[in-house]
Amino acid sequence: MNVIRNVLCPFCGCCCDDLEVEVDSNRIVNVRNACALGRGKFLSIGEHRLLKPLVRVNGELVETDLDKAIEKAVEIVKDSSYPVFYGFGCTSCEAIKLCLEMADLLGGLADNISVVCHGPTILGLQDMGIPSATLGQVRHRADLIIYWGCNPVEAHPRHMLRYGPLSNGRFVAGRKNRRMVVVDVRRTSTAAMADVFIQVKPNSDFEVLTALRALVNDLDLEVEEVGGVPVGKLEELADMMVNAKFGALFFGLGLTMSYGKEHNVESAIALVRDLNKKTKFIMIPMRGHFNVTGANEVFTWQTGYPFCVDFSMGYPRYNPGETSAIDVMARGDCDLLFVVGADPCSHLPRQIVEKLKNVKLIVLDPAVTPTVKMADVAIPVAYVGIEAGGTAYRMDGVPLRLKKIIDPPPGVLSDVDVLNQILRRLK
Amino acid sequence: MSGKILIKNGFVFDPMNGVDGEVMDVAVENGKIVEDVKGVDVKVIDATGMVVMPGGVDVHSHIAGSKVNSGRALRPEDHYKDYEPRKPGLRSGVGHTVPSTFVIGYRYARMGYTTVVEPATPMLKQRHTIEELNDIPIIDKASFPLVGDCWFVMEYLEKSMFKECAAYLAWLLKALKGYALKVVNPGGLESWGWGGNVRSIDDSIPNFNLTPREILRGLCKVNKMLNIPHPIHVHANRLGQPGNYKTLIETMDCVRDLYDGYKPIIYLTHCQFNSYAGESWIDLTSGAPEVADYVNKHPHVVIDVGQVIFSNATTMTADGPFQFQLHLLTDYKWVNADVECETSAGIVPFRYRKRNYVHAIQWITGLELALMVKDPWRVFLTTDHPNAGPFTEYPRVVGWLISRKAREATMKKVNARALKRTMLDSIDREYSLYEIAIVTRAGTANVLGLKSKGHLGVGADADIAIYDFNPRVIDLSRDYKLVRKAFRRAKYTIKGGEIVCVNGEIVKSIEGSIFWVNPSISHDLEDTVVSDIRGRFRDYYTIEFDSYVIDEDFLVNSRPMQVKGGV
Repeated sequence: MNVIRNVLCPFCGCCCDDLEVEVDSNRIVNVRNACALGRGKFLSIGEHRLLKPLVRVNGELVETDLDKAIEKAVEIVKDSSYPVFYGFGCTSCEAIKLCLEMADLLGGLADNISVVCHGPTILGLQDMGIPSATLGQVRHRADLIIYWGCNPVEAHPRHMLRYGPLSNGRFVAGRKNRRMVVVDVRRTSTAAMADVFIQVKPNSDFEVLTALRALVNDLDLEVEEVGGVPVGKLEELADMMVNAKFGALFFGLGLTMSYGKEHNVESAIALVRDLNKKTKFIMIPMRGHFNVTGANEVFTWQTGYPFCVDFSMGYPRYNPGETSAIDVMARGDCDLLFVVGADPCSHLPRQIVEKLKNVKLIVLDPAVTPTVKMADVAIPVAYVGIEAGGTAYRMDGVPLRLKKIIDPPPGVLSDVDVLNQILRRLK
Repeated sequence: MSGKILIKNGFVFDPMNGVDGEVMDVAVENGKIVEDVKGVDVKVIDATGMVVMPGGVDVHSHIAGSKVNSGRALRPEDHYKDYEPRKPGLRSGVGHTVPSTFVIGYRYARMGYTTVVEPATPMLKQRHTIEELNDIPIIDKASFPLVGDCWFVMEYLEKSMFKECAAYLAWLLKALKGYALKVVNPGGLESWGWGGNVRSIDDSIPNFNLTPREILRGLCKVNKMLNIPHPIHVHANRLGQPGNYKTLIETMDCVRDLYDGYKPIIYLTHCQFNSYAGESWIDLTSGAPEVADYVNKHPHVVIDVGQVIFSNATTMTADGPFQFQLHLLTDYKWVNADVECETSAGIVPFRYRKRNYVHAIQWITGLELALMVKDPWRVFLTTDHPNAGPFTEYPRVVGWLISRKAREATMKKVNARALKRTMLDSIDREYSLYEIAIVTRAGTANVLGLKSKGHLGVGADADIAIYDFNPRVIDLSRDYKLVRKAFRRAKYTIKGGEIVCVNGEIVKSIEGSIFWVNPSISHDLEDTVVSDIRGRFRDYYTIEFDSYVIDEDFLVNSRPMQVKGGV
């Protein structure tokens, strides 16, 4: 039995790096310090596992060997006139770089899963900027923590303990010294732990944020309620915000993917920006997958843009609404979707998934996902962060090291190795 | 690497070896400068009538890391019109003030630069900086960790535990592969954790029994104890505020008594931003004469300029409170990025306009500094890229330095009131090419302590720039446009003995190296301090101690520099 310490959890954007994993003859037998989600991932990597490469022959997926599958993938990529490389929430920066190199080489398009999660956050910050900080600033200083449109108890279970209201910081310690506010459309399990819960009507976050901004700027509201919230309650929240020594706003898909999208984020940014004229306030998006932040980072430093990057003109071009993977698929412009570290058939809108019938689909995945079942070529790969190492970025942009703690099943390579083999044959 | 090259008959400018435009041959073999090369496989470059210099060495340019990348992400409008298409063997990318990584490497090489330092990297995000440095092709690189407001440093200094502080920083440079110690607005960044700032070098820092002066003096002592080749690299307090030249001089003066007559002990960066006289934006004027006078009289100080270019810029510094003030002043979009236990950062896009009084004062202040500091070995050409303008505009600055006529051409267009209230118009000095070679390569390599860079002596790295103009035929002052053009597109750039650029086009992309300093200290002290740090690490950071450390194999071409520390 071997205990490996300081393991990074490859599940959510919290990227907890204090896990201890017990390994017995290349098998994970126990995980300490992890939440149920993280622990579940480590302990269930054997389930629904894709072990053999699959290629589609006469409409049926048949098992083949790795060389043949890679050869088939290369053939499809070479035949493609406009390939789309997509995914990257659940893989390492090293794999993302290789996919960007391919997209650049082939004049294709590269996009990451932020297009269906925090894409509006990116658009919002490109218009406004964003006053932010690393999570440790919240832990050490925040006496007011707001969770807006997110439910960390279920989606980021250790967030509150490590970085949020329950954490012990240098200047502010523990739950009793902090106020906690939850804003959501329903009373979530996170709301149950809050000092103040504000229930907004679905799709009215923009109005509520705008009203708060007015109150923070000492303007009176001549209405009884905004977005289903009595103005008195908003005044109370505005007072809490202004009087906090250090406030933090965490926001999730409830804000970014409801009606208004990037405008919601913009109004949240405007609010936090205004609060900085009166006190110290920061905001951090609750990123979902463990390396979706890394995907944005690598895309940005290599191409200048965080997502939606089109290389068809021979250089990076960025115009969300035209150059996102979804736009391209909706228009039927692409003839190949190359997926790494994502399961688009489960996550993309149904109309888009239906369009996938008309394009070739190559998937690198450790498990048999719905996307694998639709694939023309599916190549099994190691679980990144468990069976393969690399680099990942936490939700606040802190870069961390993913560890390889056990070997992948026999014959299964890391996605970096598979991508390198494909890239070599393309050059 | 083994390629033999002979550069014949060029006018060689190699100030480190006292060569001032003499016609000489330069020989290259195995990536190094050699006495001579022979054989049929020698590639001969005829540099007759051309200028040969060591490859450019940029001591202060924000090219990599989380702050730079936030700037890229923030500004799609910065990239739309400026891009580099993919070419065989090269990657595509975008410009302009915050270019993508590949483009940074290509554009520096195109101008004949071969070594560039990223001067401000938060330690917690150093892994990100290294990832980007790995992705910048051709040029050699190094990075300076931001240690001034680091809790461990402040705690050692407030207890006057200099030895322990030195041991911690020795460990830090080794663990994070850093090159020198960077201090930004000492004390101000910790204050910014609460939305505040410090107002002078003797202001108090919330929750710490320490002043900016004590941080500066402490780090200066520690830097000397560790024999780090570069002096402490300081972005002084009160940057960008009227009347701040006094603070700058106080900052320089607060370590004067620590000077041992050997080499400069404090490096003040982008001094233009810290050399303003006047009480407000309305009566703002240049404090450069006072600053230059101080520098001229005090050999313990070395500075770079941070010259304003009238163009788009993206201001990005670790100086969070300054960036917020700039946001309030301009109402442009604003990114803030505080880093736990260490530092802060801010980003605000900007545009410098000739007709604007304040911007004109800034332009004048930078040039006055460059022209009034007499010793070119102690003042360097930078634009604090991309804060005062992008690095691609260095040739424009070269033009202003070598030619009064070039300055007059710009002065005709700048705010007249600003000119009237400053003395730039009365300065006749024009830099020689020899001096240009000092402020762009020899002097910067020297102050960095990079012994294999910035000169063409036998044994130096074969990093060479060849510029296509004949300094004996043309009059630099009159034909500054020709010079400017030549510096924009090197005739040849040779990096590590490989020809990477011909006629301003990249012909080959290679991987550069990353320099870092590894100070050795006594094992006992190191063990004590590392176990102290390890013990407190979880109380301070939200990541584990082991996650903080970066293995050497994470660097593409690691070039550690061993130094013997005195503790």
